[in-house]
Amino acid sequence: MKTFALTQAKDSAQAIATAAKATTAQQGAEIRFIGGGTTLIDLMKLNVEQPQTVVDINRLPLDKIEALPDGGLTIGAVVRNSDLAYHPLVKKNYPVLSEALLSGATVQLRNMATTAGNLLQRTRCMYFRETNMPCNKREPGSGCAAISGVNRSLAILGTSEHCIATNPSDMNVAMAALEATIHVRGPKGERSIPISDFHLLPGNTPQRETVLEPGDLVTHVTLPPPAPESRSLYLKLRDRASFEFALASAAVVITVANGKLTRARIALGGVGTKPWRSTEAEGGLTNQPATEAVFQKAADAALRGAKPQSQNAFKVELAKRCLVHALKLATQAA
Amino acid sequence: MPNQDKIPEKPEGETRSGFGRSTRRTFISRLGMASLLATTGPAVTTLAQRSGKVEQGLSAESKDAIPVTLRVNGKKYDLRIDPRTTLLDCLREHLHLTGSKKGCDHGQCGACTVHINGRRQLSCLSFAALHEGEEITTIEGIGQPENLHAMQAAFVATDAYQCGYCTSGQIMSAVALLKEPCGPEDAEVKEFMSGNICRCGAYQNIVAAIQNVRQNANPQKAG
Repeated sequence: MKTFALTQAKDSAQAIATAAKATTAQQGAEIRFIGGGTTLIDLMKLNVEQPQTVVDINRLPLDKIEALPDGGLTIGAVVRNSDLAYHPLVKKNYPVLSEALLSGATVQLRNMATTAGNLLQRTRCMYFRETNMPCNKREPGSGCAAISGVNRSLAILGTSEHCIATNPSDMNVAMAALEATIHVRGPKGERSIPISDFHLLPGNTPQRETVLEPGDLVTHVTLPPPAPESRSLYLKLRDRASFEFALASAAVVITVANGKLTRARIALGGVGTKPWRSTEAEGGLTNQPATEAVFQKAADAALRGAKPQSQNAFKVELAKRCLVHALKLATQAA
Repeated sequence: MPNQDKIPEKPEGETRSGFGRSTRRTFISRLGMASLLATTGPAVTTLAQRSGKVEQGLSAESKDAIPVTLRVNGKKYDLRIDPRTTLLDCLREHLHLTGSKKGCDHGQCGACTVHINGRRQLSCLSFAALHEGEEITTIEGIGQPENLHAMQAAFVATDAYQCGYCTSGQIMSAVALLKEPCGPEDAEVKEFMSGNICRCGAYQNIVAAIQNVRQNANPQKAG
């Protein structure tokens, strides 16, 4: 690990002023905020991340979960994944979020990992994590070893010829289906970013993963009030029963009235380069009867743009079955 | 397995003379010295010098060292450490609390599990300097050979280990699990323990140890 200066942020303004001196908030950032450290320290040990300054934000007052007057929820940036998953309002109003969080990692990691850290979780692509291999995300222009290499676990949606790395987070998939808003404070003030605009597709710049600029501090995430009579769930398919990243997952938030889907929000995990909201699937479900044939058509629409690699063509069918099964479970419960 | 040799390995044990009263740690290091002495003269000098340097490197203060005060097992420690020092390395190399183990060093095996403010976390994936003012508990703070925690005793009783390397992490997780929202079924215990890998495969007996303790603590709830 490269040496670094560790500083304690007195308040958000000081954290932001310190980080604003970096040239980027993306891969290669010289200044990093540290929350739980479960991604950052792991990558620092591998020399994938080599910050010169690490700013501890754990003591900032960003650790609250609170109900909003409109019935929504605000979640502080350093709220731990365990606390979020077991919060009574999350379990009651946003079960998809609780289930997604509890399907990820382990108790120890969830006790450490933060909300903002999970949003910014880096890919598990093994070529990104191995500094002896080419990787356009880690070292722009060096090439993508995954496209011609071991790519079984990598993305089939939103890929480019430069990068096929999967966004590994379960929480993000639930947040996408719940239409979360990310609140950021930076050198130029505060702004709110819908989660669908927060993560970027790799395109020609896979090293840029989010819209964050130097000094930007995610302060909290808000969720809109739950849609009346809606049901939600998270279904995750993986190689083993626990402590494993998704091969395919589905977050569904639906409203059913008289056997008809009146509203649907769908996001997929394990298959996309970013948390994959599928408006195609939503379009195929809305105002349709809650039948398997409808679910299948919606799943086909969600995966229409899939570009499988040499080892992950199975994910196309797996993701479809995952979504269909999730919709069956959600409507059965109705 | 005689549990006297198992938990924990006290530094003061190292002053005892002879192999008979050794801890595993001193036994292994003396074994190393013995094999060292059996080699040829020049090789002995080189290796001894090299190992001397390593010792120095561990204790010498880095130019970037920062002051850190930690509370571990109820005891306060004033330290000067390199900011890169993980909590695990700090516990093992600076405080000589070697019960917490380094397995993968990347948050994948759970051997380094400790409690921070009562919650289990991975000491390998955190910097020691981030934990000022927090209450850190290691396996040494859970129980002692003469006064085992119920979970430690249950691990002994059900033979919930073979090589023992993952055991302190397993026990730290198991003790924390008692206060977590874990359902009564074995399947739920397995899910809650999924962050602790046992290469020997003692999983059945680990689950049995945990269920025994839960059963005794709350005969109605635990299955």
